[in-house]
Amino acid sequence: MMSYETGYGGPAETSAIEARGVGRKYRRGWALRDCSFRLPAGRICGLVGPNGAGKTTLMAIAANLLAPTTGTLRVFGAAPESAEATRRTAFLAQEKPLFRRFTVAETLRMGRELNPGWDQRAAEDIVRAGNVPLDAKIGTLSGGQRTRVAFAVSFGKRPDLLLLDEPMSDLDPLVRHELMGTLLAEAAERGTTVLMSTHMLAELENTCDYLLVIAGGRLRMAGEVDELRTSHAVLTGVHSDGRTPPELAYHTVVETRTSGRQFTSLIRPDGPVAGGPWEASTPNLEELLLAYLRSPEAPPLISPSSYVAPQAVAA
Amino acid sequence: MVVKGLEFRIDRRSGVAAYQQIVQQTKQALRLGVLGPGDQLPTAKSVAQTSAVNPNTTLKAYRELEREGLVEARPGLGTFVRQSLARPQAPVDSLLRGELESWMDRAREAGLEQDDVTALVTSVMEERYAGTGPAADHAGPTGPVEPAGPQHQQ
Repeated sequence: MMSYETGYGGPAETSAIEARGVGRKYRRGWALRDCSFRLPAGRICGLVGPNGAGKTTLMAIAANLLAPTTGTLRVFGAAPESAEATRRTAFLAQEKPLFRRFTVAETLRMGRELNPGWDQRAAEDIVRAGNVPLDAKIGTLSGGQRTRVAFAVSFGKRPDLLLLDEPMSDLDPLVRHELMGTLLAEAAERGTTVLMSTHMLAELENTCDYLLVIAGGRLRMAGEVDELRTSHAVLTGVHSDGRTPPELAYHTVVETRTSGRQFTSLIRPDGPVAGGPWEASTPNLEELLLAYLRSPEAPPLISPSSYVAPQAVAA
Repeated sequence: MVVKGLEFRIDRRSGVAAYQQIVQQTKQALRLGVLGPGDQLPTAKSVAQTSAVNPNTTLKAYRELEREGLVEARPGLGTFVRQSLARPQAPVDSLLRGELESWMDRAREAGLEQDDVTALVTSVMEERYAGTGPAADHAGPTGPVEPAGPQHQQ
């Protein structure tokens, strides 16, 4: 808990991930290009983007499952392939690979054998909190129970950085809420940095305090959620024959949509927005994300807390 | 004493930041006397567990409440209420409440809808309380004063 409080704030905080000019090319083309950002330690970060945007590729590079074609990525300052980075990182793949014929207890035992810093009690507590019987075979568990066991294995490793690829996508809302609670509570207790890819925009609103948005293999937005929200405004007003008020051009327009006689613009204000021929409000996270995902030509926004110079550092 | 009953309800659709919702709900609990001096606020971990709210969000809200002098963090123990916002003049409150109830009845008889009443009350309140902070009247003479200015809701 207390370690958590100290891990929040100024630009001097450590980076859990630092990427400089990271790109990855497959035979079909670039899956990820020119990604430069830092994720400060202790954050719960959402990784958002359409299918095929490069989310899994980015996570796999951080988890040392893939090497970047260009650029460098560092995990707590260390190369992903270093012993230090591997020890501090846990990756939970979307398909949550567990041996179906192992019991829950055997699965945890394997975690213990494979990981020197294993925390058996933490892992068992997570399993017990969901009333998952230790002697049940993995193959007989429900989707939610399997995800819970996978969480237990991930947290049992006591990672400083937890990478989760679509961890909740196949679960019903009730189980999702419960497991999200477990995940956030465990992260709070240990000060774990979490990077979690997801499709469920509405769910991000309270769970993530940091955000990385990727589309078409490029980073579109990075930063603290509150900071990103309050540096945008939603303007609604009346347009005349599709022409929006000229005052709109003073600001950076991310997206404008019209319906009937009304226009709705999501902008980055370059000056005060009060008093214009519109109603101004702060977008919620979902409105903000949808606007950026729908407008690939809008300029990317990398906030100061996540900015790093794009030059690759010497390996 | 830990207040078991205090659970934050976060409206994910509203434009109000989650930490502000926690600040507002804690103040509401202080005003209503649900929370009193010495009571412990739920830990960030337990809020995360029950409401699936990011622990940084809860801690940010608690830091804001601490800056306003309403709560204090005791390292290793948790966050505790320092000061109540409940007003001592209960009889005046109930007199005012009675007057408001009969006014509301008249408004309803006159055919006003709920939204009309809210709009009317808000506009009179903004006029009469112009220049004072939204919670300035709730704190004692030595108490903290919230920054004035309209809250941007919706």
